Amino acid sequence: MATTLDKVDVVTVGVGWLGGIIGAECSKAGLKVRGLERGAKRGTEDFFMAHDEFRYAIRYELFQNLSKETITFRNTRKMNALPMRMMGSFLLGEGLGGAGTHWNGHNWRFLPYDFQIKSMTDEKYGANKLGSDYQLQDWGVTYDELEPYFTKFEYTAGISGEDNNPFWGKRSKPFPTPPMKKTPILQRFEKAATNLGYHPFMMPSANLSESYTNPDGSTIAACQYCGFCERFGCEYGAKSSAEITVIPTALETGNYDIRFHSNVVEVLKQGDKVTGVRFIDTVTGEEFIQPAEIVVLTSYVLNNAKLLMVSNIGEQYNPDTGRGTLGRNYCYQILPSATGFFDEQFNTFMGAGALGMTIDDYNGDSFDHSNLDFIHGASLTITQTGQRPIQFNPVPPDTPAWGAEFKKASIHYYTRTLNIGGQGASMPHKENFMSLDPNYKDAYGVPLLQITYNFTEQDRNLHKYLSEKTAEIMKEMGAKTVVAANPLTDYDIVPYQTTHNTGGTVMGNDPAISVVNPWLQHWDAENLFVVGAGNFAHNGGYNPTGTAGALAYRCAEGIINYSKTGGSLV
Amino acid sequence: MVNEKKGVSRRDFMKTTGIATGTLIGGGIIGGLVGYNVNRDKGTTNTTGNQKGNNSSGQTADHPVNVGLKFFSTMTAFNVLSQATERIFPEDDIGPGAIGLGVPYFIDNQLAGAYGMNAKEYMQGPFADGATTQGYQSRLTRAEIFTQGIAKLDEEARTRYQMGFAELEPEQMDEILTAFQKGEVEMLAVTSDFFFKLLRQATLEGAYADPIYSGNQNMEGWKMKGFPGHQMSYIAQIENEEFQKIEPQSISSMTH
Ligand SMILES: Cc1cc2nc3c(=O)[nH]c(=O)nc-3n(C[C@H](O)[C@H](O)[C@H](O)COP(=O)(O)OP(=O)(O)OC[C@H]3O[C@@H](n4cnc5c(N)ncnc54)[C@H](O)[C@@H]3O)c2cc1C
Ligand code: SF4
Repeated sequence: MATTLDKVDVVTVGVGWLGGIIGAECSKAGLKVRGLERGAKRGTEDFFMAHDEFRYAIRYELFQNLSKETITFRNTRKMNALPMRMMGSFLLGEGLGGAGTHWNGHNWRFLPYDFQIKSMTDEKYGANKLGSDYQLQDWGVTYDELEPYFTKFEYTAGISGEDNNPFWGKRSKPFPTPPMKKTPILQRFEKAATNLGYHPFMMPSANLSESYTNPDGSTIAACQYCGFCERFGCEYGAKSSAEITVIPTALETGNYDIRFHSNVVEVLKQGDKVTGVRFIDTVTGEEFIQPAEIVVLTSYVLNNAKLLMVSNIGEQYNPDTGRGTLGRNYCYQILPSATGFFDEQFNTFMGAGALGMTIDDYNGDSFDHSNLDFIHGASLTITQTGQRPIQFNPVPPDTPAWGAEFKKASIHYYTRTLNIGGQGASMPHKENFMSLDPNYKDAYGVPLLQITYNFTEQDRNLHKYLSEKTAEIMKEMGAKTVVAANPLTDYDIVPYQTTHNTGGTVMGNDPAISVVNPWLQHWDAENLFVVGAGNFAHNGGYNPTGTAGALAYRCAEGIINYSKTGGSLV
Repeated sequence: MVNEKKGVSRRDFMKTTGIATGTLIGGGIIGGLVGYNVNRDKGTTNTTGNQKGNNSSGQTADHPVNVGLKFFSTMTAFNVLSQATERIFPEDDIGPGAIGLGVPYFIDNQLAGAYGMNAKEYMQGPFADGATTQGYQSRLTRAEIFTQGIAKLDEEARTRYQMGFAELEPEQMDEILTAFQKGEVEMLAVTSDFFFKLLRQATLEGAYADPIYSGNQNMEGWKMKGFPGHQMSYIAQIENEEFQKIEPQSISSMTH
């Protein structure tokens, strides 16, 4: 028998960046908020001994324990979906701060084009540029409408950057902190890109260039370029994340608390409203019901979709009929790249997660696609994140994968190899979607989420074109040998790519093709909000969190309004 | 069998490099050929690691009591593992190979713990063969895969050359390892190429993980590679044009 707890105004499922933002904004507005987080409490003090590649980056110390819960995967509907038994393609977060604790901190605003991709693409290239299998749609919110919330997220996080990219949307305010250091590696990229007529700029970074106190009063320290950033927590409190910003802000109001080790297994719904959530205490095994006026799902893209599916809220997407919205438009990230092998040595082991320079000359619709067989593009970036020796064993083509030659080459090139990588956009396709797995269950008896996903023609074409462009820049940088990424074949869940899963709980103006309205309010339950990159109708040419953060701030405003007036926000 | 325990560099380097006290002496890139099997007292430089048990010169009383096998139960199996890792990451003029770095002990330790037991992997059935894009689908744990794989390496050596794997010539070992890498050797409930992938990855982990995990002896793996290990900050150096040579430091320095 489940124990029923006292009702709260707002419950968030999961306490990462987005749960933290909702928690802070709603508790500041006087609402009683509880965060339910399946993982443990943790913070800066836990990361003093984090410069341990093996424990954190290889053995995945901070990530989701797959023995308890994973997903199943297949490339196509013809295949048997099987569990992702080992972590690989993406690294799911768990514990206070979620994946934001161990993110890189590349902080982007999606382009104005992204939010109106369907209308703008149709207008410029005709209605059938990609064909009917691609489910392009506008997001129901424009860049201009979202601009104040982008700014809000950037000022909370203290983002370091410079506003000299001609291709991104207009900013109402400068970056809160100046860009990070332009190291020799970055300068080399800058020079090459400029020579080729491109417009390089310092990547907006959540590793801060200087100490900063945000409008809520939280202080974020200055980055030390320690080289143990992504996959690690920051021992300086210099990487902006929920547990050093929005969580303390929320806690200070006295209106917020977090219950850890609380794994939510169901959203409870009665009629056209939700009443709360059911969760398991993972320490004692006890079952609880947390009643709430408003339920907010902030459990990341995958579990947001899964919880709606297991709770029977909304209609499951069916690729045969095209009906149903839940699970629709699952997208990922396409990663064009080029590697350069140099004669000279670089300090590749130094760096920070978001230390980099970028060009957007091939992102969004910055370039003409009339004669190209794809739309959109990628931000192309050189990063200096700090290469670590277990993971980074670069060897020129035709070097054996082991043995004497491998050893020599991988040691030689460890400090003589640079990489330019793109965060490529990913367009929704009717065959790429999420659903519930019929065979496999998690540790609490709940079905696993199933992902059916493969790269598409659009992806392959984009990848090829941009890998070539990237290789040209690398050549201009003076690499002795330049190797463009292999052509994309099938999506493979084994090698790490990015933790930029998107879609499945898409936002929009039309309930026939979206799960939530532009305030992220569920179409079928007005007191249920679903927040995350799952709201993205497609994935853009950047990392997702800056845009997800802006959507969360806008959603928090919607929740506060809803708490006063009730009813649909649209 | 005795040789790798005597003279023993592990104790030696603890003493001579002062790892325990946090100070670091010596151990340059070429000069620091320190491994489990270097009998420094006798001036030998046999770092290829003779763990075959056929070259022993008597057990010393002062072998390091914190080095031993936690997973493998026979030296035969352990020696196969050792030689296989050494072929993957051999000693050369840059520095020690897998054996000299303590990689076999590192792998043995890992197999005895969470890694070997797949503690953080989803191991519920039903198990089915999948496409390679679906990743690990074996019902076996890594410990089970290694046990079988190491036995198979030896079996394959006996079939091909009527000798144990650890007694083969390097080229013969390579031939067999290549057959594993190509998935040509029959294994049960797992493919040989998958086992080879695990073995290769574990070898690199042992060569380059912080020495607290018992590989990367004396941080020689890092020294070869020019990786300084745990450093608090590079803010003062990151703008330098020149390559920065920095003495590596283990994360153990934070606990001493
Ligand atoms: C190595 C790495 C590098 C990255 N780098 C970047 C980057 O540079 N830029 C960028 O934009 N993005 C980056 N990302 C992605 C970024 O981390 C995520 O987009 C972001 O953290 C998502 O925030 P979230 O709040 O939606 O989800 P999360 O941070 O994942 O938080 C969700 C929380 O919900 C909890 N939860 C899940 N299910 C349940 C349940 N059933 N019950 C209770 N709690 C639950 C989880 O434990 C987790 O704490 C990176 C990710 C990784 C792993
Ligand atoms: S690189 Fe900077 S932000 Fe990242 S962990 Fe190190 S000090 Fe922190």
